[in-house]
Amino acid sequence: MDTLLAIWNSVPEGIQTSLVIIIKIVAIVVPIMLSVAYLTLAERKVIGYIQVRIGPNRVGPRGLLQPIADGLKLLMKEVIVPSKANRFLFLGAPLLALAPALAAWAVIPFDDGMVLADINAGLLYILALTSLSVYGIIIAGWASNSKYALLGALRSAAQVVSYEIAMGFALVCVLMAAGSLNLGDIVRAQEGSLIHWFWLPLLPMFVVYFLSGVAETNRSPFDVAEGESEIVAGFHVEYSGMAFALFFLAEYANMILIAALTAIMFLGGWLSPFQGTFLEDIFSWVPGIVWLFAKMAVFLFLFLWFRATFPRYRYDQIMRLGWKIFIPLTIVWILVIGVAILAQIGPWFD
Amino acid sequence: MSIEPVLFYFFSAILIFASVLVIVVKNPIFAALFLILAFFTSAAIWLLLEAEFLAIVLVLVYVGAVMVLFLFVVMMLDINLGPLREGFIRYLPVGLIVAVLILIEMVIVVGPKNFGLEQIPAPVRHGAEYSNTEELGSILYTVYVYPFEIAAVILLVAIIAAISLTMRKRPQTKYQNPAQQVLVQRNDRVRLVKMKAEKTENNGK
Repeated sequence: MDTLLAIWNSVPEGIQTSLVIIIKIVAIVVPIMLSVAYLTLAERKVIGYIQVRIGPNRVGPRGLLQPIADGLKLLMKEVIVPSKANRFLFLGAPLLALAPALAAWAVIPFDDGMVLADINAGLLYILALTSLSVYGIIIAGWASNSKYALLGALRSAAQVVSYEIAMGFALVCVLMAAGSLNLGDIVRAQEGSLIHWFWLPLLPMFVVYFLSGVAETNRSPFDVAEGESEIVAGFHVEYSGMAFALFFLAEYANMILIAALTAIMFLGGWLSPFQGTFLEDIFSWVPGIVWLFAKMAVFLFLFLWFRATFPRYRYDQIMRLGWKIFIPLTIVWILVIGVAILAQIGPWFD
Repeated sequence: MSIEPVLFYFFSAILIFASVLVIVVKNPIFAALFLILAFFTSAAIWLLLEAEFLAIVLVLVYVGAVMVLFLFVVMMLDINLGPLREGFIRYLPVGLIVAVLILIEMVIVVGPKNFGLEQIPAPVRHGAEYSNTEELGSILYTVYVYPFEIAAVILLVAIIAAISLTMRKRPQTKYQNPAQQVLVQRNDRVRLVKMKAEKTENNGK
């Protein structure tokens, strides 16, 4: 132990900090990848039970090793590049889809102070990175040299751009209410009790944000970008093997990210739901990160529940929901929040 | 040695490389992608200047929205490069004159006479507490409130103009009325008709 410490101290300071940052990144990315793997299993199990099936139960005890079997299978498969496809962009697109989904985790606070990069403009950074995830899809669609893929890419581009506006306006409400762009400060502004969390004063924004998040991740019922019934699989119809798996990783990592963001901005992040009640002391031993994960799990379950429940939206109805309902609603709510802050309506804005 | 100059030259090199390729590359999709790379690297350079708000907004607005629409349009267009190159030699002198004019203008405006370190002092390094977003906000809504509001009105006019240009009512187009669709009752759609059973003598023949 002492020798290890001595070796550590002999390392120059600049390299020391870089090493610490790299270790932190690994500590964030590896659990994300694991949860992505098990989210796919959870999805199949949950949807299975909703449809009165059992779901995967053959690999390992109760099917628990299924994601590993799937991963191995995808690793062994051949990556096929279509003829006349742009090879460089075709193979680069899955990376472009995955990288923003992982990079956004840099500013997510898991507990008070437990964050990789505690930057002031955290919320803006998140918005910027979530808006980048569409490039993977567009480039994949174009580079595949297939009309189904191109149609899927175009649908997805239009959809993501429209829902981003509603998402951005919903976040404007959050930053007005919290008075900060820093995600840690946003959580701290919700301290007090269950009532103090922003879900109550920002209730319409809470709904708009989460549904826009579902639309941004191209999840059912907004999954026209894939639309098996009309454009076979949309943007990833030509992909196979690991390149295809990367798209899946990106989609599920984005789902987890949206769940985390919704929990942080509207459900008080790492704060205990029993704050301000007599149960607070009883549950004070629970670390904040557990509460955050519990809240994220609720939203992730909603994602799966939506997929099992709703039929796919028609394209024009998606556009109508985004432009004619969500955006006006968010603009009105910005005014409402402005008035509420001016009037110092408690317990949020006093 | 500080790492900042290294980062600056690294990003500047990528920026110049990308911006040259934007105009040189043959495929318009690649041109758009290199423009995105150029936006990214200039955002990184702005970050070095502690202008994190501007840097992130550059990525958010230009990379996240404007370039998506650009790519969208470029993918839809069937750009035939042949006719575009036809008059290359003929228009070369005009192009060269314009290029030289722009170069002269740039030198006049941002040349060493007006833009050197002697004219403009080096930016002050701020501490970790400094928030570029807050500074920008407070200055925009106090000192520059009129230009800011006028810019907002101009943008609003542009939005309304764009919408009114594309709004064409076509009589033959059928529109949905979701409110009515939601209010639909069973009786509006289904009518139960009682019919007498047909006689059996024609059956089975």
